[in-house]
Amino acid sequence: MTDFALGRTSAKAPPRESTAWDRLMVNRNWLGFWFMVPAAGFLIFFLAYPLGLGVWMSFTDTRIGRAGVFIGLENYQWLADDSIFWLSVFNTILYTTVASIIKFAVGLYLAILLNEHLPFKAIIRAAVLIPFIVPTVLSALAFWWIFDSQFSIISWSLKQMGLIDHNIDFLGNANNARATVIFANIWRGIPFVAITLLAGLQTVSPSLYEAATIDGANRWQMFRSITLPLLTPIIAVVMTFSVLFTFTDFQLIWAMTRGGPVNATHLMATLSYQRAIISGFLGEGAAISTAMIPFLLAAIMVSWFGLQRRKWQQGEAND
Amino acid sequence: MASVAIRDVRKAFGATHVIHGVNITINDGEFVVLVGPSGCGKSTLLRMIAGLENISGGEIRIGDRVVNNVPPKERDIAMVFQNYALYPHMTVAANMGFSLKLRKASKDEIDSRVNRAAEILGLQPLLGRYPRQLSGGQRQRVAMGRAIVRDPQVFLFDEPLSNLDAKLRVQMRTEIKELHQRLKTTTVYVTHDQIEAMTMADKIVVMHDGLVEQIGAPLELYDKPDNLFVAGFIGSPAMNFLKGNVKANGKLEFVGPSNTRLPLGKAPASSDGRPAVYGVRPEHFTIADDGAEAEIQVVEPTGSEIQVVAKLGGEDVIAVFRERHQFKPGEKIRLKPNPSLVHLFDAATGKRLTA
Repeated sequence: MTDFALGRTSAKAPPRESTAWDRLMVNRNWLGFWFMVPAAGFLIFFLAYPLGLGVWMSFTDTRIGRAGVFIGLENYQWLADDSIFWLSVFNTILYTTVASIIKFAVGLYLAILLNEHLPFKAIIRAAVLIPFIVPTVLSALAFWWIFDSQFSIISWSLKQMGLIDHNIDFLGNANNARATVIFANIWRGIPFVAITLLAGLQTVSPSLYEAATIDGANRWQMFRSITLPLLTPIIAVVMTFSVLFTFTDFQLIWAMTRGGPVNATHLMATLSYQRAIISGFLGEGAAISTAMIPFLLAAIMVSWFGLQRRKWQQGEAND
Repeated sequence: MASVAIRDVRKAFGATHVIHGVNITINDGEFVVLVGPSGCGKSTLLRMIAGLENISGGEIRIGDRVVNNVPPKERDIAMVFQNYALYPHMTVAANMGFSLKLRKASKDEIDSRVNRAAEILGLQPLLGRYPRQLSGGQRQRVAMGRAIVRDPQVFLFDEPLSNLDAKLRVQMRTEIKELHQRLKTTTVYVTHDQIEAMTMADKIVVMHDGLVEQIGAPLELYDKPDNLFVAGFIGSPAMNFLKGNVKANGKLEFVGPSNTRLPLGKAPASSDGRPAVYGVRPEHFTIADDGAEAEIQVVEPTGSEIQVVAKLGGEDVIAVFRERHQFKPGEKIRLKPNPSLVHLFDAATGKRLTA
């Protein structure tokens, strides 16, 4: 038996020393690196490079048709003295804050409503998604008509009801225009918030509500003590995205007001486009865009801390 | 503490009737186990006592009060759920004190009651932890702690041990029973595990298809099952059933399948030739020369006993022996049921015939 076994072993070629190449071929990290390369390539080419180029441009006086030279912080000094830029910063912050808060409140309300047993639940849930599905420019055009100074259906209806006697100038008056674009943004942004929060609500075990019922909680106490705390992780994600999308919004404003009247609805994104592409001052436009970065970083930091695993989420998975 | 009275209680979900008129009386301080196969309505009944399900008909009393329309929080009950339903974002202490907090109890009172409950269950070192950081058995104990803190009239347990591993289940079984002996709170406990029912209950309620099959003390159900369902459900391995006829002319006997003669201690009068089901528990067989011939199929030693599957008159029967017989598959043995311990059931109705 032993002889036989030994004989077989000796018949085989002696095992070769494994080379560096052999080890590389079985190395999981090496394989992982190659799987990562395409994605990294895309990100570098389409995100990192344009971002870097934009930041670089903000330090030059590049115009359309003329390569610029490095001028240091001159663009930023210009902007610091530019009241329209500061107006756009104010508009952006106002737009983002008001729209995000209302989107969150209404979105959460809708999510809770849709989580109840409603008749035609599936259809209603699908309907809620409509604003999200419609291309932004299309809905912006529709809003443009709805809020038109002459043909607005809202003005018409109110006139028919005898509540007002002349058309409301939705998009011509500064504050009306701000309210109108914020309304359009809210309309468009709610489905994302509502559906994502609904998904979060559905992960909350019904037995927790039963336990709370027996513990003596009423509906409001259940919402405060169970639903809301269990939803915080997903609220952090949703609101981060919502804030980022709102802050960088461009399409709605451009289609509805182009920043008007008298720059009252100019956001940093639309102002940057106007300066860089329409007027051709690429360097200055790039500086406005770059100026958005600190705000966005601040928003991400907030969510970063919001997204930290809470103490109760640590430890073993709930099996 | 309070008694619970369930009078002709019915439950329907739309057109589906799941409980068809159930009557149970639970005395003050009693440990009652509702047991039955899945879908028998035991959990629904418990949830009706808790107030989580509406009562479609009949009436439930806790103490002297009809609670049909009383909301759960005013019924003064506490419930332990199968998946524990601990609030994941609250510490053990907060979980246990939540109901008191909702009642706006003072912080001192909450602390002292939580601590007392934690002491009873040995949970003090865990009070600051979150449910995720606990093992299954610890979570189970916290769920019980949450119930104890409230000092309710009635404890309700909904299959509380089914998420635990076998060893822990046995340990927690003892703990719950011990806890009941200490607190003496009326307890209603739902399980599908008849061993749990037998070991823990003062009184077992066997349910099947939305009806109560039998109510009684554990050993009463074991010794005198009212019908075939209870006979087959209580006891493990299950009782053997053999179909045949009673023979009362001359020597009282039971004529089983393939004309197998089986001994019968007693039978109701004038039951000669009556079709019946002969029930014998696996542990009530002995090996005897005058037993019925059976061929051994499978031998399963468990250490403390030997379980044998054998063909008796063409039917599979299970016999359990505490003696270490050296059986082999294919071997012929003679099995003799203890005639004073056999059960006789009506073939048509399944009702018990012998007294």
